[in-house]
Amino acid sequence: MSDKRLIYLDNNATTPTDPRVVDAMLPFFHNVPGNAASRNHPFGWKAEEAVDYARDQIAKLLDVDSREIIFTSGATESDNLAIKGVFEMYQKKGNHIITLKTEHKAVLDSCKKIEKMGGQVTYLDVDDKGLVNLAELEAAIKPETIMISIMWANNETGVIQPMKEIGEMCAKHGVLFMSDATQAVGKIKTHPKELGIHLMAFTAHKMYGPKGVGALFVNRKNPRVKVTSQMDGGGHERGMRSGTLNVPGIVGFGAAAEFARKEMDSDAQRLSALRDKLENAFKENLEEVYVNGDPNSRMPHVCNISFKHVEGEGLMMTFNQEVGVSSGSACTSASLEPSYVLIAYGLGDDLAHSSIRFSLGRFTTEQDIDDTIALVSKGVQHMRDLSPIWEMYKEGVDLDAVQWTEH
Amino acid sequence: MAYSEKLLDHFKNPKNVGTLDKTDSNVGTGLVGAPECGDVMRLQIQVDAEGIIADAKFKTFGCGSAIASSSLATEWLKGKSLDEALAIDNMAIVEELALPPVKIHCSVLAEDAIKEAVQDYKSKNS
Repeated sequence: MSDKRLIYLDNNATTPTDPRVVDAMLPFFHNVPGNAASRNHPFGWKAEEAVDYARDQIAKLLDVDSREIIFTSGATESDNLAIKGVFEMYQKKGNHIITLKTEHKAVLDSCKKIEKMGGQVTYLDVDDKGLVNLAELEAAIKPETIMISIMWANNETGVIQPMKEIGEMCAKHGVLFMSDATQAVGKIKTHPKELGIHLMAFTAHKMYGPKGVGALFVNRKNPRVKVTSQMDGGGHERGMRSGTLNVPGIVGFGAAAEFARKEMDSDAQRLSALRDKLENAFKENLEEVYVNGDPNSRMPHVCNISFKHVEGEGLMMTFNQEVGVSSGSACTSASLEPSYVLIAYGLGDDLAHSSIRFSLGRFTTEQDIDDTIALVSKGVQHMRDLSPIWEMYKEGVDLDAVQWTEH
Repeated sequence: MAYSEKLLDHFKNPKNVGTLDKTDSNVGTGLVGAPECGDVMRLQIQVDAEGIIADAKFKTFGCGSAIASSSLATEWLKGKSLDEALAIDNMAIVEELALPPVKIHCSVLAEDAIKEAVQDYKSKNS
């Protein structure tokens, strides 16, 4: 491989800001310094105009009305606003929310918070492919149910939930449908109205925009959805989210949305071919390799894979000077708990500890993938040469029958 | 987090990787940890007629700190008596490799593996 070139395959953590997006943002730091809420001078008008333009660009990506976009600081805030805001606004109707065990912590922890405030939450299991069971979902709906919150695509595995079917179910039962679409927006088609989604959280920095700016789509008609604000102050964003708008960030978000709208199909096609190349090479080069999550309902750029009898964090250390990825192993945390998402898929703790997430992006090249295949394959070999359980497995020892000393 | 040079060297160029014949009466084997917890360490010692550890080998499934801790332990064991081996304290490993607090359990595992290997040898030769 060529000289020390860093390969970035952690695009689900965050994407590099597209240089074209940076160019669009730059004038809004100094040349256009206004506060979009300043109504009495050209500085404010120009800032407001830029925000309106960006709001239109984002609305166009989602095929929604621009008045349905509420800017926030990111997807975590959007998730909080949707869940806590709906819970507070719809208290007269009911207090029950249904979600999945595999949701992002921003959703799960918001749900935990509303449980403390008197709410009821059902956390549903998923199947071994990571998909919601629709019959179980429908059975969980009660008269008090106000909302179902299910993420579009999982951050760890890229598994895409059956959004259309869930939307139909929500319409049939008259409950709101909220989706954390952070990993899907800008990468695949995400038109909430087509699928009956009433609230949708997403962020700029997962779609080649800047960090620190996100949005919540809130349906305006049939039904008109409202959330109580979680951030109080000047009454910005139709009273749903106060705080001076991050004008440069929003301009970048808008530009990123426009590039995504124009380029997502070609990006997805190119990246799924590279992802498949990576995945197939591991399957060919190495034994005991397991792909996590439904291969038939998955984001095009994500590969979550377990290399059996190799600990993920140790494996990453063999190549982390060259390649940046994430692991489902959590040997660094005090609890030593591996990924709760993979555990919910029914993976044993050992396979969950052995998992690596590769997430490709717009700037990933074929050379990156070729080098990654070589480096990771070599790393897995190194770790297996060192692994007593790999040796035992090769000798035919039944590892389940071994008396391990838990610690 | 940044790891120490010593730790990285033990991880990249581990010393004394391998397997001794666990049925040999001169060999003591310690197998500690569990795959579910993300680390399994196997440490083996070969003891000569004078009761001195002539050889030590390890294999470890785990993170870089677990691998480095066991590699270092095998280096320290060679040439030691069984009593000297039992006196190896996990905190010495922590210091030598500059393990961060979240990785201290890796050194504990290495100390446990040493004690179990010595115990295994003693029970074979009692």
